[in-house]
Amino acid sequence: MSFAISATALTKSYGEVKALRSIDLTVHRGELYGIIGPDGAGKTTLFRILTTLLLPDGGAASVEGFDVVKQYRHIRDIIGYMPGKFSLYQDLTVEENLNFFATVYGTTIERNYELIRDIYVRLEPFRNRLAGKLSGGMKQKLALCCALIHKPEVLFLDEPTTGVDPVSRKEFWEMLLRLRTQGITIVVSTPYMDEASMCDRIALMRSGSFLTVDSPANIISAYTGTLWAVNAGAMHPLLEQLRAWPGTLTSFSFGDCYHVTVKPDSTPEALRSYLESLGQTEISIRPIPPTVEDCFMKLSQQ
Amino acid sequence: MMQTLPPTIIVENLTKRFGNFTAVDNTSFTVSAGEIFGFLGANGAGKTTAMRMLCGLSIPTSGTATVAGYNVATHTEEVKRNIGYMSQKFSLYEELKVWENLRLFGGIYGMGKKRIALRTDLLLDELGFNAERNTKVKDLPLGWKQKLAFSVAIFHEPKVVFLDEPTGGVDPITRRQFWEMIYHAADRGITVFVTTHYMDEAEYCDRVSIMVDGQIRVLDTPSALRTRFHAETMDEVFRTLAREADRAE
Repeated sequence: MSFAISATALTKSYGEVKALRSIDLTVHRGELYGIIGPDGAGKTTLFRILTTLLLPDGGAASVEGFDVVKQYRHIRDIIGYMPGKFSLYQDLTVEENLNFFATVYGTTIERNYELIRDIYVRLEPFRNRLAGKLSGGMKQKLALCCALIHKPEVLFLDEPTTGVDPVSRKEFWEMLLRLRTQGITIVVSTPYMDEASMCDRIALMRSGSFLTVDSPANIISAYTGTLWAVNAGAMHPLLEQLRAWPGTLTSFSFGDCYHVTVKPDSTPEALRSYLESLGQTEISIRPIPPTVEDCFMKLSQQ
Repeated sequence: MMQTLPPTIIVENLTKRFGNFTAVDNTSFTVSAGEIFGFLGANGAGKTTAMRMLCGLSIPTSGTATVAGYNVATHTEEVKRNIGYMSQKFSLYEELKVWENLRLFGGIYGMGKKRIALRTDLLLDELGFNAERNTKVKDLPLGWKQKLAFSVAIFHEPKVVFLDEPTGGVDPITRRQFWEMIYHAADRGITVFVTTHYMDEAEYCDRVSIMVDGQIRVLDTPSALRTRFHAETMDEVFRTLAREADRAE
């Protein structure tokens, strides 16, 4: 079986800063593959190497069998790339931008309209508006249309949902799931851990390395250790109280409760009586399955 | 407890129009000293416009707002001097050292040399940054920059600090440490006015407002909002409200 993307031992440094430290990567055809990590993890550097915009210092990578260094022209024909920074022509209209990208790739809007129709219908009322005058969500949709207009085999989306509100983020992921059914391979990066569950497989990335690569379900089931969600009447002092308990390894806020990782011999009963001795009431201690964010935090502390 | 403290932000019928478009529509609310106030809304709901008015950067079309005791329409300079501001995009001066950034911002806010020196020592101690006093900001890890940017925003001990998506792109642990800094600031009586796209962070606020189409549609504690909307999480509350929006994004 051949891969849509394959990379071995990719490295890249900027002066002293090691942006990529030996990245191995395989993406299957038709897969929705997420690269999840904070700013500075190396996501954009990896994208720029795979889209042939940057040369790696070491290692090798190929997209649809073409080498990113020697056969970059072939790759450019068959990929779509939506960079993190809005990079369309602000002084062209919505329609002019789309036409321009279609023409550059030797095609027309009509020929591949089917692929973008879903997304473009929402832009059509603004077709004569300058791209620079669009709202954030609309710019994002136009950029996606422009990246798709030549019907690429592999689509690279670098942080398409950063700074976008939760509702628009969800809509964007629904668009990606529909594109996935058309057989396009999609590689997408995001700093939002809650988006991981939408992907077939994810790589958790930090400081130039992959911490782990697997399906979200497998990453969660591979979590070792005990995790509790803890609530009590006085939430503010509770955080320091939990950290001071000898059975605690880590304690962090998670929405309306604290997620606490504990030593193997710790018991909820022992924690409960400790908290009661400090005057806490309405104490709730529940063993819970981890989220992808818990997994990321655990792996990044190892 | 919260309500007995004096208000530091009082907004009454605040409105901002751009031509025919009403970005902020007759909005009223009050925020107390030491309160952590979450200011949420979809892109385009009017958050940025409202925040700019509260910071004295944009004059309201009608209505009034008082921040840290000063009217935002008539006393813009006093407002600016008594607030702090930090956004995700806000950057410190990368080519300046840590202490030089503090010295610069302290000077801009009219702090005396002695007070700057005193506050600098205190702050570097608190942050555990003593070894980095002479490090250029560009050489700091991202999470440290974020913490330093927040410390700079409250360096002159403002009554109110505005945080515009302060944690975007920050790793999960640093994001939580950042919120712990917010708690400490609030405990010292600073009002924290914060926007975020992370719905788990909405839970960390004392009260949360959600703006829809230029108006504050709901304002309450996170748990009261969850109860009212029969929702498990603030994410669900947010989605329910944002779906009602008429304003096309």
